[in-house]
Amino acid sequence: MKIGFYPGCSLTGSSREYNESLLAVAKVAGIELCEINDWNCCGATAAHNLSRELSVSLPARNLALAELEEMDELVVPCAACYNRLVMTQHELSEKSEIKALIEGKLHMTFKNTIRILNVLQFLEKHIVPHLDELVKSPFKHDVACYYGCLLVRPNQIMKDVRFEDPMTMDVIMQKLGARAIDWPFKTECCGAGFSVSKTEIVGELSGKIVRNAVDRGAKAIIVACPMCHSNLDMRRPAIESYLHRKIDVPVLYITQAIAMAMGLSPQQAGTQRHFVPVNLTVNR
Amino acid sequence: MSKIGVFICHCGENISATVDVVRVAEAAGKLEGVEFSTDYKYMCSDPGQTLIKQMIKEKGLTGVVVAACSPRMHEPTFRKACSSAGLNPYMCEMSNLREHCSWVHDKSEATTQKAIDLVRTLVEKVKYDKPLYSIKVPVTKTALIIGGGIAGIQASLDIANAGHQVVLVEKDPSIGGHMSQLSETFPTLDCSQCILTPRMVEVAQHPNIKLLTYAELEKLEGFIGNFKATIRKKSKSIDEDLCTGCGHCTTKCPTKKIPSEFNTGLGKRTAIYVPFPQAVPNKPVIDKENCLYYKNGKCKICEKVCPTGAIRFDQEDELVELEVGAVVVATGFDVMEPSEFSEYGYGKYKDVITGLQFERLASASGPTLGGIRRPSDGQIPQKIVFVACAGSRDPSKGKPYCSKICCMYTAKHAMLYQHKVHHGESTIFYMDIRAGGKNYEEFVRRAIVEDEVKYIRGRVSKVYEENGKLIVKGVDTLLNAKPVEIEADMVVLATAAVANSGAEELAQKMHISYDAYNFFSEAHPKLKPVETNTAGIFLAGACQAPKDIPETVSQASGAAAKVAILFSQDELSREPVVAVVNRSAPPLYSTCVGCFMCATACPYQAIGEELIKNRKGEVIKRVAKVNPGLCQGCGTCVAFCRSKSIDIDGYSNEQMYSEVMALLND
Repeated sequence: MKIGFYPGCSLTGSSREYNESLLAVAKVAGIELCEINDWNCCGATAAHNLSRELSVSLPARNLALAELEEMDELVVPCAACYNRLVMTQHELSEKSEIKALIEGKLHMTFKNTIRILNVLQFLEKHIVPHLDELVKSPFKHDVACYYGCLLVRPNQIMKDVRFEDPMTMDVIMQKLGARAIDWPFKTECCGAGFSVSKTEIVGELSGKIVRNAVDRGAKAIIVACPMCHSNLDMRRPAIESYLHRKIDVPVLYITQAIAMAMGLSPQQAGTQRHFVPVNLTVNR
Repeated sequence: MSKIGVFICHCGENISATVDVVRVAEAAGKLEGVEFSTDYKYMCSDPGQTLIKQMIKEKGLTGVVVAACSPRMHEPTFRKACSSAGLNPYMCEMSNLREHCSWVHDKSEATTQKAIDLVRTLVEKVKYDKPLYSIKVPVTKTALIIGGGIAGIQASLDIANAGHQVVLVEKDPSIGGHMSQLSETFPTLDCSQCILTPRMVEVAQHPNIKLLTYAELEKLEGFIGNFKATIRKKSKSIDEDLCTGCGHCTTKCPTKKIPSEFNTGLGKRTAIYVPFPQAVPNKPVIDKENCLYYKNGKCKICEKVCPTGAIRFDQEDELVELEVGAVVVATGFDVMEPSEFSEYGYGKYKDVITGLQFERLASASGPTLGGIRRPSDGQIPQKIVFVACAGSRDPSKGKPYCSKICCMYTAKHAMLYQHKVHHGESTIFYMDIRAGGKNYEEFVRRAIVEDEVKYIRGRVSKVYEENGKLIVKGVDTLLNAKPVEIEADMVVLATAAVANSGAEELAQKMHISYDAYNFFSEAHPKLKPVETNTAGIFLAGACQAPKDIPETVSQASGAAAKVAILFSQDELSREPVVAVVNRSAPPLYSTCVGCFMCATACPYQAIGEELIKNRKGEVIKRVAKVNPGLCQGCGTCVAFCRSKSIDIDGYSNEQMYSEVMALLND
C-alpha cells in the first residue's frame, strides 16, 4: 500500500517541527510517507471565502496528483488542509456537475479512490497498534488534549466522532503513558486567523484555554493543528498579558509526544523550535 | 360498447397550475369508448358531484373516470355520487393527477402529456370494470387500547362510557404514564396527580374496562372490526387475586438501591416494588433483573412476610388472545437521551438534569417532597439556568422538529422555582417562545413579569464545572449579540420529546406507518388526524407527535368517538377488492388444478379448498377457494398461481394488461 503525504504550507514553515516529528515517528515505525510531487496550496482560508470554484479546484488538483501517483491513502496533518481536501472529495463524489466543472478546468480526472487521513486517523491506524513495541520511555505527564475546531470536523465525514467532547487524542496519549485530564475546553476556539490581525482576541480566547488546562493540572497541552499550536505557543505573550500571569506549560504536537516517548532526540522531535521551551523529560 | 364519462378536476390550482386541464379533457373526449369529457374547478364540491350524476343519467354512462387527487382522499366521495345516480360504485375510478403528476412536475408540455396518458390508461381499465358488491363483515364491539397514559385512559373511559367493552394494555406496572410524573400543569398550575389519579381509579373500577398492566402487544392480525390480538402478560411474580397491596413486601425487600424509573433515577426503589404510592393497580411486581432470589437463588424475604401468600417466583409470562374490533394506539413519547449532549455535560455533572427530572423534584410526591434541591448535595440552588430546545429544532441532533411542550413547561419550571425559592434567580435560554394555546401566552408573560424570570434569546454552547459551579456559556442574540456566561447551581435541559424506543417495532407489528422520527403517521394531517392508514386502528396522544395534555385528551376523545362510530354498526361494508378463483362451465368447472400453492403464499390464511360435487354428491374436482372476509386483496396468490386461475376483482390481469397496452399503443 502506498501512503501519500500532503504537508501543506504550515508544515514547511511555522510548524516545521510538526513535519519533522511526524516523519521521524513514521520512519521509526517503518512507514514510508510519499510526498505528493508538485503539490499546491489547499486554498484555506482565503479560497472558500472568495470563490467556491477555487475552493474546490485547488484541493482537487492535489487529489488528482495523488491519484496519478497511485496513492491508496493520503496523510494530511494540518487540520485546515485536511478539511479542505476531505470536503473537496465529498463534493466531487456527491455532485457530478461540480466534478465535471473542475475536471474541465484542471484538465485532470478524478476517480475518488484515495482514503484521506488526518493525523489522528493515521496514528490510530498505523502507529498505535505498534506503540507497545515502539515506546521506549513512557510519556508520564498530565496532559490536556486540545482539539480545536477543525480536527473533529466536518461532521458530514467525521460521523463517529463526538465533536463536542472528542476522545481520540486522549486515548492515544493514555497509551503513551500520559494521564489525559478531564477538562471542558477541548474544542473551544483558539482565535484562529486573528493570530495575525487581532492578536489581543487570540490572547483572550487562547488565554482562557491555557488557563483552564493549567488550573486543572496539565503539564503540557497536546495539539494536532498548526494554527492551534501557533496561538497557544507563539502567542503566549499575548496570552500572558491577558491573564496577567506567566505560564510556562509547553504546547506539543501529538507527534512530538510520540517521538519523545519513542526515545528520539529533541532535534528529531523538533522540540527545540518552540517559543515556550519544552521543559519536559521522559524517563528512560 | 362502453360509454365512459371523464371528469378532469382543477383542484383549485393544485392541478390546473401545471397541467393544461382543458387539453386533457379534449384529448380524453377523443378516446374510443368515451362518451363525455369535461373539466371543472372543484369536482368534489356539490356542483361537481351533481355534474357527474347528471351526466350518468343524461348520457347513460357505463363507467366514470375522475381525474383529480388521490383515491385515498376522494374515491369514496365519487363512488357514492355514482351510486346515487344508479351506477355501480365500482364502475367509477380515480386517476391521481395531483400527487402523481401536477405536484411532482413543473408546468410543461410533458406534464400535460403525462396527465393525458394517466387518464387514457384508466379509461382502458374502466372498460373492463364489472359491477362489484361490498362485502359485509361483523364487528366485534371490543376496543383494544395500547398504552395507559392520559391518552389511553381518556380513550378507554370514553369508549367504555359509550357502552362498549375495552381492554387497556399498559407495559409498566401502573397506568398513569408521564402525566403521573408531572408536578403541576400549565397554564393553570393545577396538580397533575390531583386531576389524573381519580381518572386512573375510574379506569380500574369501570365495569366495561379490563385492565392488563405489565403487558405488551405481541401480535395483531385481522382487519377492521375483526382483529385478533395476542397480548403478553409479563410475569409479575405475584398472584394478583391474593395480593391486597398491603406493602409488607416492599418495606422488607433488602435490595433498596435501584434507581426508580418513576423518579427518573433521582430516587431509589426496591426489587419488589410499586412504582408510586398512587399506582393503579396498587400491587407490586418483582423486577427480576435486580431481585436477589432471581439473581442468586437466595432471599425470598417477600414470600416470608406476605400475609396472603401471594408471591409466585415460578410465575411465567402468559399469552392472552383477544378478539377486538378496533385498536387505539396511545403509547406516548419519551425524552431524548441527554447523553447525546456532551457539550452540556449531562451524565458528567449531577446537577445538569432534564425537564422530566425537574418535574420529579418539583412534585410533592417526588424524592425531595417538592423541594427544589440539587441532586449532588441536596442544597437549594440559588441560580438555575434552563436550556430550551435541547435537541429540538436541531438538525445536527437529528431532531429538526419543535417538541411543542418545552416552552410552556420551562416557563412553568422557572415559575415553580421562583415560588419555592423566593430569592432565587432563574434564567431561560430560548430560541423563540412558542406559546400558542389558550391562556398560554399570558402564562409566559406571568413568568416574565410577575415572577421575574430572566429570558435570554440565544443558545447555550457549553456547560462546564468550575469550583463547584456550573458555568453556562451562551449568547444573547438580542443585546448586540454578546456572549453570556452564567455561574449556575443547576442546569435544566428541555430535552426533545422523541418516539418511544420500541415504536418502530410496534408499528410494524400493527402494520401502521410511521415517520422518519418513528412517530406514528395519521391518515391525513388535517382531515384524518386520529385515523391511521390501516382501517380500524386509531391514534391518540404523543405517539403521533409531541403534544401537551389538553391536545392529547382532545385527540383521545376523538379516537374514542371514531371507535364508537365503528361500534354503532353491527356489520361493516368492506371493499370487494378480493381474490377470486375462476369458475367455468362443465366439464372444466375451473382452470384451478388444486395445487394450493396460493394457500401457502397467502399471508392472511384466506385460502381454503372447495369440493365441486355432482348431483349425486360425488366429488368431481378439488379447487382453491378464497374466503372474502379474510382476503385483503394483496394479490400474492395471483402472482403465485401457475394456471392463472386467480384474479383480483377490480384489478384483474386483463385490466392491468389493458392499462399497459394503452401506454404502449400510443
